[in-house]
Amino acid sequence: MGISPVLWQFLVKWLHNAALFPSEASTISPWMDAFYLFLIAMTVVGLVLVGALVFGFAIRYRKERNPVATQVEGSTLLEATWTIIPLAIFLMAFVWGALLYYRIYTPPPNSMNIYVVGKQWMWKSEHPGGQHEINALHVPTGTPVQLTIISQDVFHSFSIPDFRVKREAIPGRYTTVWFEATQPGTYHLFCTQYCGTQHSGMIGEVTVLSPTDYQKWLQQSDSGMSLAQNGERLFASMGCNACHSGTAAARGPNLAGVYGSKLTLTDGSQVLVNDAYIRDAILNPSQHVTAGFAPIMPTYKGQISEEGLIDLVEFIKNLQTNYRVQQTQMTSDSDQAAQPTPTAGQSEAVKP
Amino acid sequence: MSAATIVTLPDQATATVPKKNYITSEHGLLSWLLTADHKRIAMLYMISITFFFFIGGAFAGLIRLELLTPQSDLVAADTYNKFFTMHGIVMVFLFLVPSVPATLGNFLIPIMIGAKDLAFPKINLLSWYLYMIGGTLTLSALVLGGVDTGWTFTTPLSTHYLNTHVITAALAIFIAGFSSIFTGLNFIVTLHRMRCPGMTWFRMPLFCWSNYAASLLMVLGTPVLAIAIVLVFLERVFGVGVFDPAKGGDPLLFQHLFWFYSHPAVYIMILPGMGVISEVISTFSRKRVFGYTAVAFSSVAIALFGFFVWEHHMFIMGVSNYSALVFSLLTMLVAVPSAIKIFNWAFTLQKGSITFETPMLYAFGFMGLFTIGGLTGVFLGVLGMDIHLTETYFIVAHFHFVMVGGMLMAFLSGVHFWWPKMTGRMYPESLSKLAAVVTFIGFILTFMPQFILGYLGMPRRYAAYPPEFQVLNVFSTAGATILGVGYMLPMLYLAWSLKYGAVAGNNPWQATGLEWQIQSPPLTENFVETPIMDHEAYDYEWLEKQQTEGAKYIG
Repeated sequence: MGISPVLWQFLVKWLHNAALFPSEASTISPWMDAFYLFLIAMTVVGLVLVGALVFGFAIRYRKERNPVATQVEGSTLLEATWTIIPLAIFLMAFVWGALLYYRIYTPPPNSMNIYVVGKQWMWKSEHPGGQHEINALHVPTGTPVQLTIISQDVFHSFSIPDFRVKREAIPGRYTTVWFEATQPGTYHLFCTQYCGTQHSGMIGEVTVLSPTDYQKWLQQSDSGMSLAQNGERLFASMGCNACHSGTAAARGPNLAGVYGSKLTLTDGSQVLVNDAYIRDAILNPSQHVTAGFAPIMPTYKGQISEEGLIDLVEFIKNLQTNYRVQQTQMTSDSDQAAQPTPTAGQSEAVKP
Repeated sequence: MSAATIVTLPDQATATVPKKNYITSEHGLLSWLLTADHKRIAMLYMISITFFFFIGGAFAGLIRLELLTPQSDLVAADTYNKFFTMHGIVMVFLFLVPSVPATLGNFLIPIMIGAKDLAFPKINLLSWYLYMIGGTLTLSALVLGGVDTGWTFTTPLSTHYLNTHVITAALAIFIAGFSSIFTGLNFIVTLHRMRCPGMTWFRMPLFCWSNYAASLLMVLGTPVLAIAIVLVFLERVFGVGVFDPAKGGDPLLFQHLFWFYSHPAVYIMILPGMGVISEVISTFSRKRVFGYTAVAFSSVAIALFGFFVWEHHMFIMGVSNYSALVFSLLTMLVAVPSAIKIFNWAFTLQKGSITFETPMLYAFGFMGLFTIGGLTGVFLGVLGMDIHLTETYFIVAHFHFVMVGGMLMAFLSGVHFWWPKMTGRMYPESLSKLAAVVTFIGFILTFMPQFILGYLGMPRRYAAYPPEFQVLNVFSTAGATILGVGYMLPMLYLAWSLKYGAVAGNNPWQATGLEWQIQSPPLTENFVETPIMDHEAYDYEWLEKQQTEGAKYIG
């Protein structure tokens, strides 16, 4: 932003108080606002120019003053001018917009991941530690938060205007967006994609807490089971571990450490194992057979909810060694402390 | 005031509307319903689209009334959803798409190029019947209990989650689409094959060029919409998994197909309106359109680029970043021809001899509102800003600036401009100027606040909204009320003028187009003998020479 931070703060505060701008509550907000002001300036200049030309000519060349028109063919020079200058301005806006877009849709590698499931008509947020929220989302300030979003039914869209971020929740496909909140407070959370009867009821609140308050909140809202632990149980109860046992003789590939790796499939293609791949491999296993294995895995379509899939994804993400799989088989104790928020490195491959 | 008008009417004491014309040539309802005359079909269209415009407008009124308060208190959420769906379907498919081409285009294109009729008069009539079937089906969907898909029919909502009359409404659009294809086909063939001797492509009025470009879009784009609708039908009725991810379908595919038509469709709507503006601005500044060739080609350029920008409706939907880049860039390119047009029109005024009759006022309104509408489109076409603004009231305001502020202003400008030609009578000037100003003020008051609401984050299609958005919504509803008055007025005084308006004579505006050289209203065969075009379009010196020599040109 070319202007001094103090002036900027003043301007934005005034615009917010005048109810012209939403509050600036994320690191993206000032960038978006600066770009918005640039585009408004472009519009105003364009409008004033066209207005001045139209009114100027209309007054200067009205019939009373100019009874006879002078015929003019056109002017290549003038026409070139008003082709090239608008084009240049639009291209400038394009580059600026593209940079902002990449910024908003490229989560930093160390961001903490929260899953969001949209369904008619509510938002369900799932923290890795197992905290569940309906139409609410608690996040700390000063930490990049990545949302992995999916819809269970129709298209929804996850929008937090004060953060200037929005991402479509698509049925059957993970999408991601990230933000870093700066101001503690509560902010609107909207579904912006028309999704049926209660579309306008699919709203909620984002609560931004200081990091210490956030830790407190995490502890208060602890459900006793982290997502990965839920996934572990599901993994056992669905019988996944019968094949994916991690032993040498297993009928299914070893899943330990598979997350984030490149996998070679039977058709020779290479895929990156990320959330989307794991989800799809559970639902459409016949299309994702790892090289060296027989296509014997049945589909789990219709048997696991989106939340269950998230649990499994989170479990496989956390699965680094065979030990965990054996543990799943042996133990059912789940009273251990909830999994803390994911550590760096886990979410590096979550890019779409 | 006396010097400030170009209106030249025959002596009202003696003048009469010609006894023999296309309206009086035959009598009885059947003579209208079975006509093959492009002018009569244009009038059939005019009556039907006006009817649907007021239906769509009534729903807009109900929407604004509901949004007067934050709670969903006037109607239930479901009913509100049906309101905006019906508003969208009726306004887009039954009003905006056919508005200028099917009425003014139908009436004027053959005359402007010196032809007796369109190339396929019977197909022209068929297209009106298809339109009426589409319209009737839409109304029946409404009467049977409504439909709440939104005009965008987004899957899987429309295929699996709603049990309203989706198929009826989809069928209506499917059928109305063919009406649009036939109209486009008719125009393309007519403009290629039926131009009179001497009427080269570059002697055609710009209205013909812009309708030609729109026709290309209709013929190439509408079939894709038809296919998308058939796929929705197959999935909804027979469970074929095209879009349903649970059956291996792609949920985004529908939106690709839908916007592949529906983005060019906005150019189908706006291009003919731009043609009207070219005619009106030239006539009331007594000047050839500045840079005729640039304006003509910019229409074609808009049509071409218009096909390659559809993905900008889906930037937040997880499309690949690279394709988003390409589509955003192409979107910037499509903005340029529109800018060229605006500046060319402005410079048409320069050194003109300008008068301010009603069509010109509407044209000025168009230029202001279309400039805002176009530039706010850049906000949505650039990637980063689109994330925050899409699916909010900003986008609602943007497309209403283009479609209502731009297109509807152009349509009203054209209706007033050619009213004397179509009916042989003048509309009342002062009242119509009042209507133009009321419309403009009402429009600004309705849609300006929505830009602010959009940046504040108010989502579109909400029956209820957080209370802090109420003030701006009240402004918007107040504006919509004024706008409604602005649209009722023309309907009333235009109807009045059919009987009581001043007799217009052949050429009240002293305009140069061939349509102004024949009687008003025209004969069924338009011209007594085939005209020969021996001058450029907008040649006011030629017109003056014709008049001083007293030479009767044609008809």
